[in-house]
Order: sequence, then C-alpha cells, then structure tokens
Amino acid sequence: MDVDLTLTVDGAERTVAVDTRTTLLDALRERLGVTNPKKGCDHGQCGSCTVILDGRRHLTCLTLAVAHEGAEVVTAGGLRGADGALHPVQQAFLDHDGFQCGYCTPGQVCSAVGVLDEVRAGHRSHVTEDLEADPELTDDEIRERMSGNLCRCGAYPGILAAVRQAGGAA
Amino acid sequence: MSEQSPDEVVPEVVAPQVMGRHLDRQDGVEKVTGEATYAVEHPVEGDLLHAWLVTSTVARGRVVRVDASAALEHPGVEAVLDHESAPRLADTEDRELAVLQDDRIGFRGQVVALVLATSSEAAREGAALVAVHQDAEAHEAAFAPGSATYAPEEVNAGAETDTVDGDPTAALAAAPVVVDAVYETPHEYNSPMEPHAATALWDGERLTLHDSTQGVHPVRATLAPLLGLEPEQVRVLAPYVGGGFGSKGLPHAPEVAVALAALSVPGRPVRLAVTRQQMFALTGYRTATRSRVRLGAEPDGRLVALRHDAESQTSRIKEFAEQTATAARMMYAAPHRATTHRVAELDVAVPSWMRAPGEMPGMYAHEVAMDELAVATGVDPIDLRVRNEPEVDPETGNPFNDRRLVECLHRGAELFGWAERPEGVRARAEGDWWVGTGVASATYPMLWMPGNGARVRSVEGGRYEVAIGAVDIGTGARTVLLQVASDALGCPPEAIDLLVADSELPFATVAGGSSGTSSWGTAIAAAAQQFRADHGEHPDPGVATTATSGQYADMSGHSLHSFGAVFAETHVHRWTGEVRVERLLGVYSVGRVINPTTARSQLLGGLVMGLSAALHEEGWRDPRFGHTVTQDLATYHVAAHADVRDLRAEWLEEEDHLSTPMGSRGIGEIGIVGTAAAIANATHHATGVRVRSLPVTADHFLDLPALAPEPAGKA
Repeated sequence: MDVDLTLTVDGAERTVAVDTRTTLLDALRERLGVTNPKKGCDHGQCGSCTVILDGRRHLTCLTLAVAHEGAEVVTAGGLRGADGALHPVQQAFLDHDGFQCGYCTPGQVCSAVGVLDEVRAGHRSHVTEDLEADPELTDDEIRERMSGNLCRCGAYPGILAAVRQAGGAA
Repeated sequence: MSEQSPDEVVPEVVAPQVMGRHLDRQDGVEKVTGEATYAVEHPVEGDLLHAWLVTSTVARGRVVRVDASAALEHPGVEAVLDHESAPRLADTEDRELAVLQDDRIGFRGQVVALVLATSSEAAREGAALVAVHQDAEAHEAAFAPGSATYAPEEVNAGAETDTVDGDPTAALAAAPVVVDAVYETPHEYNSPMEPHAATALWDGERLTLHDSTQGVHPVRATLAPLLGLEPEQVRVLAPYVGGGFGSKGLPHAPEVAVALAALSVPGRPVRLAVTRQQMFALTGYRTATRSRVRLGAEPDGRLVALRHDAESQTSRIKEFAEQTATAARMMYAAPHRATTHRVAELDVAVPSWMRAPGEMPGMYAHEVAMDELAVATGVDPIDLRVRNEPEVDPETGNPFNDRRLVECLHRGAELFGWAERPEGVRARAEGDWWVGTGVASATYPMLWMPGNGARVRSVEGGRYEVAIGAVDIGTGARTVLLQVASDALGCPPEAIDLLVADSELPFATVAGGSSGTSSWGTAIAAAAQQFRADHGEHPDPGVATTATSGQYADMSGHSLHSFGAVFAETHVHRWTGEVRVERLLGVYSVGRVINPTTARSQLLGGLVMGLSAALHEEGWRDPRFGHTVTQDLATYHVAAHADVRDLRAEWLEEEDHLSTPMGSRGIGEIGIVGTAAAIANATHHATGVRVRSLPVTADHFLDLPALAPEPAGKA
C-alpha cells in the first residue's frame, strides 16, 4: 500500500509515495534518488545510513518512512553550505584522510556532527568519568561516541583526528 | 588524430617529482558528501527492476520444485527465475558461477531462485513467498581435526603444494630445542562496508554492468564467455567501490545472477544488492586454517629445521586452497625445511581471497611459534629473528631485492621503547590490567601482473588524458596513478585527466595481491614514455599512444618482497580477561611510498584489520545445517572505533628499482600480516597464557587470578 509522505531533505521539501514497508533509508535512496546515506547492513549494525533527522543523528534503516511525515532530514550532502562549501566536519575528514573507500563516510560525517552537538549539549556517555561535570571532547569520548559507525577500511585514527579538529579539541 | 598500435613497452625509471609527496585524495569531496555513486546508486533510464536472491536451506541436495505462485501474486513482483526458467549459460564448469543452471545444491545459501519486482520491498517480500522444495542429502560441513583431506595440485597464487629441503625429520629429531604446536584461525569474512551489488542492463546486444568489483576487465573476462557473449558485448564500470579486501577480486554468483536477470528482461535495468546476511555464503571468505608448526633450533635460537603443515577447507563445488605455509618457505634461514598444504572438501560456501591470503593466517602461526621459540631459548624475540636472517631467499636461492626486515625490527624497537620491556611474563600491571608487549615480522611478495595497458592522449590547452581500466576500491589508486602519470609525462597533476574503472579503457588487472599500483603504474609509465617518444614534448592536441607494459620487475633474478615489523602493547584485565590493544606500531619496508597520506591510511587500515582478526573476528558454522550462524555485523564482530587506540605506521625511506619504474612496491596487504601474532604474543607476555587460536578472546584469561600473584601495582 502506498502512502504519500512529505519530507524536507537537505533543505528542499519533497513529497514521495512510499510503501508502508519502506524504510526511511529506502525512501531516500530508492524513491527520492538521494543516495548520500549508504546501506551497509540494513539492520542498524553499521551506521552507514546515519543522517541528521529532526536535529539528531539517526539510523535511517531502522525506521519506517511513514513514521516521519513532515520530518527534516539532513544528509551528508545537505551539510554543505549555501555556496557549496564543505561543513567543517567534512573538511576535517579531508584534512586527516579519515576514510578510504568512502562508503561509511557520509554516515561517519553525520554521526560526527551529532556527536559534537551532543557533547556541547552536555550528554554523558559510557566513558564519561565525571557525570556531574559537563563532558569534554576527549579522545576516549570521541572513540566511544563514534563506535556505532563501522569502518572496514580502518580509518579510525583519521576519523578521530577529524572529529577532534572539528570539535576544536587540541 | 593518430593512434599507435598497442605494443609491449618496458618502461624506464621514472624520476620522482610528484611521487613521494602528499597529493589530495582525488575523490575526497565526493566521498565526504556522499555524492560518490556506488554500484546501485547510478541513475538509470527505463523501467527499473529490483532483484532479490532466494537461497537454499539445505547444505547438499537438489531443488525438486520452485513454487513461485504466491510470489507472482504479490503486487509488484514481475518474474521469478529458477533453474528451469533462467537463461542458459554457455559454460557451467565453474560450479560457483553456474547460477540457476541445474537442480544441484552444493551448499546452504546457494542461489536457487531470483525475484524481479518493481520495488525492493516487493522483491524482498516476493523472495520470502517463493517456496523452494528441496531434497536434502547427507552432507559434511564440519572442518575438524581429523577431517579427511587431500593434497591439491597447487595452492592459491599458483604456489607449490608441498616443498622439502634437506632432511627436516632427522634435523627436528636431533634439534636441542623444539617448538611443536598447532595454531588455528577461524573462518573470516571480508565484510566490505558496501555489500556486493550491481546494476545491469541488457539492451539486446550489449550488457552494461555497474558493478562493485576490484577489476572491471576481470569481470568482463569471466562473464562474457559464461554468457556466450563477445567481450565487446560486455561493459563493466566501477567508478566507486565500497571496499573489497579480496571478496570483490573475482566475480561471484551475484554478478552472474544479475546478468541472467538482465538478459531475461531486455531493455530494463536490474539492480541487485546482496544483503549483508547473504554475503556470508555468496561472496567468498577466508577459510579456517589449522597449522602444525615445528621449529628445531640450537640453544642460541638459530633454526636448524622448520616444518609448517597447513590444513584448510574448501567447497566441494570449487577448490580454493589457501597458501598458508608459503611464507615459511622464505622467511627465515633454516637448512632443513618442509611445508605442506592439505585441504578438506566440504559441502560449504566457496572460500576465496581475503586480504593477504596465505600470509595472514600463515604468518600468524609462524610468528607465534617464533615467540614460543624465543621463550624456550630465552633469546629476545627481536634478536631471535635477527639471528635467523637468511642471506638469500631460502626457497629460490635468489638474492632478495633489499631485505630490510632487521632494520624494520630495530627501528620499530626504538620507536616502541622495546628496550624497556621486562623479560618475564606477568611482569607489569596497571591497576587491574596485566600489561605486555609483543612483536612479529610481516612479509608480502611484490607482485606484478602482465597485460596492463594505458592510453595517453594530448588534449587542448596543453592538457593530457591518461586512461586505464584500474579500479580504486578506496586504496587511493585515483590519486597515486595521477602522481605516476604526472612524473612519467613531466607535467603537473592538475594538467591530467585520469580516466579509470571502465572496461572500455585499456586493460587493467585486479586491484588485488597488492599488485595494483605496481602493475597499473608500470603500464602508465610505459604509455607515457612511449607517448613522448612518439609525439615529443609539445604534442598536437588529439594525438595518442596506447601501450601495453612489458615486464619491468626482475622477478626471475631476484626475490622481490616487502617486509615489516609489528609491535603491540596489550592490556589484559585480570578479572574479566578483556583484551585491549593500547598501542600498535608497524614499521615497513615497501619501496618508495608514492603518496604518504593514502599509504599511511592503507597501512593503518591493514593494522586495524589485523587487530580485528586478533580480537574479534570469528565466523561460526553450524555443521548440522551447514550455514554461517554469525551472518551479520552484530554477530560477526569487526573492530569498532573504540577498539582502536594508539596506532602508528611508519616506513623506511627507500626506492626499489628492481620492482617498478616508480621504485614502489605494493602496500595493500602487508599491514594485516603479522599483526594478530604481535597481539597474541603481547597477551602471552602480559599473562603467561599462550593462545594458539584466533581470536584471542577473554575466556582464555579467566583463570588468571588463580595463576598469578597480586599485581604489585604500576610497574
């Protein structure tokens, strides 16, 4: 059964007919042709499909599109500035060669944007030592918070350096 | 426009200007924005169909009947192909690739039907509705000690099955010190982040395939005769590939399936994305291995004899014999030596290439055995390796190109602080963690593949177009080949348009065996130099030269290898047994590094995959049913970000003009070699527990508190 759905994707309002079985990821990739988020596992195990959904990082393979009428989706493509300039996180990934094949990268980039927002907002993590104080962007915090995004090329050292740079950490 | 006929050209040495320096990864912006288009992301014209594979649920037997009636009633499902309705292949000898050609089932997870539908949701639901009636036959899927084995005619990469020099049996019997142990590695799965996928279109005369592959020409060369087509009727493109690590090095069943599907619906594009779960049966894996290693030595650690007897398993429908023991043939000096390979034939999925086939499991076994010898003789593990340096390649008697293993070991020791290492085990603790360090050697052969060609064309404005069918699977080939072309033509990289990843371009061999840059770069050097000879320094726009490279590498006069030394510091939790790799360092001798940025990423990536194998990766097969239980990324664990801590890769300055005109050798695989051994050796140093099977999991260390005195605190 098809249902019409309206989403804002990377700043543009899009209306799309989706099957009620369609995941948000497939709505983007297969129905709207927005292939910036990637499909690595379709089961929420790899993080490649991460976008910023209504302001928070989100796995689009683990949610049905019909549940998101009116939602705002920002993919790695939508992180570019109005003039096409790269987002500081994207520039940092380039500066530190934080990728090889590039398939997990849009998800890593979106996840990193989310991590920086979450740390700024004071969210604690599993490795936060002092739960009473505001968390700091330490290497361990970055590693922990980025661990939902697998990279089989093993670009983790570059990703760490990139998130550190984009977050203004030393 | 004039065009030279393709001739074999052996290039001269290329002087480095741009090679050896950083150049931005050429496809970086596309990748960090997600704008790079992978195999099922290319816009298509026409009425797209989504394909979904239906796979067998018995390990051996036959398909009695495929009942597609319920599937065909499902809205959106347009067709179901099975072994009776699928187009016929011209050649069914390769049983892995003989997809939907007969009723035989050779392993659980084999393709037995294919659904075509107008949406992926309908295709998936349709696949669930296909009823496949199967007759099960008795099967064998357990690779166990004592499994019946045979000697293959040769092992992977064309290596000899068995070798023997001297009298290893007598020498082992007489040796003052003997290490004799069995080392095991599990089934490991390449698991690139982009699942195998392709978009295919048959227009009635030509098949166009956007594939996720490590080689567009190899795919064409396999598919065209299989489909009964001329090579010119098949075009394969792979502009972006989301990793491969060997699993996309050879075409597997999904490529045949999508081609058959496309042939059945002329004019309509077909997309097939293999699911992550299906990959564990259909796209190759590293077979489990079992190695008995025997080292016989003098009391000072000098080897007098070594034996490496390796077993692995393969599929009854197609042989793949992992060359596990080949590294033992050339690694260390020992007058008496023997290596053997035996294979068990089972009703299981077909194993194939995974990053450093042979060297990875083989050097794990060999380098842990060397560590055991170091302990048995009381010789420092680095000194032990230095004492066993051969003067020439023990296997061939040829001189090495420039064997710098000892320098790698010594440079690594200095960077790592090896001198501060306490001699005994369980000598250092930090809080609740036992701390230990370990070392292992790494090696990988320099490989060059014949037949590669390249085309150089001058275009308006003093620019050049350089074309070769090479594929960049994330290695940085697009960037590194541009650097080679730049130096070979003597013009800045900005003045070159590099065309790659299309079978319409000059022939390129697979991005595999760490041979890509060596083989493709040599071809680009040949074409560029021939272009200059043909057309001079100021060519008219439009003139072009195509050349096929002759053999530059001195593969018969010298033994061409890369070497490395891997150092690990592991912490093992005294109560839970958790293992953490706090530091990992690799120092390599790999010839000239053409681009330090992309090279470091590749070497670090190899180290990460080695760490992943050391700590996590373990495919579990249920022999009762023949399937892989751990068939997703939640159960087949690969290293996540938090597993990777202080990681460093360095290399020795060098240029190797025996291997390539660029002075380089390959770097894609050596990073994974020896890494798991260094980590396993470090856990032994930390705890005194010797783990001889991968992965090195926590359960090995659960008895530690009973074995050990209270840690004394920080060392």
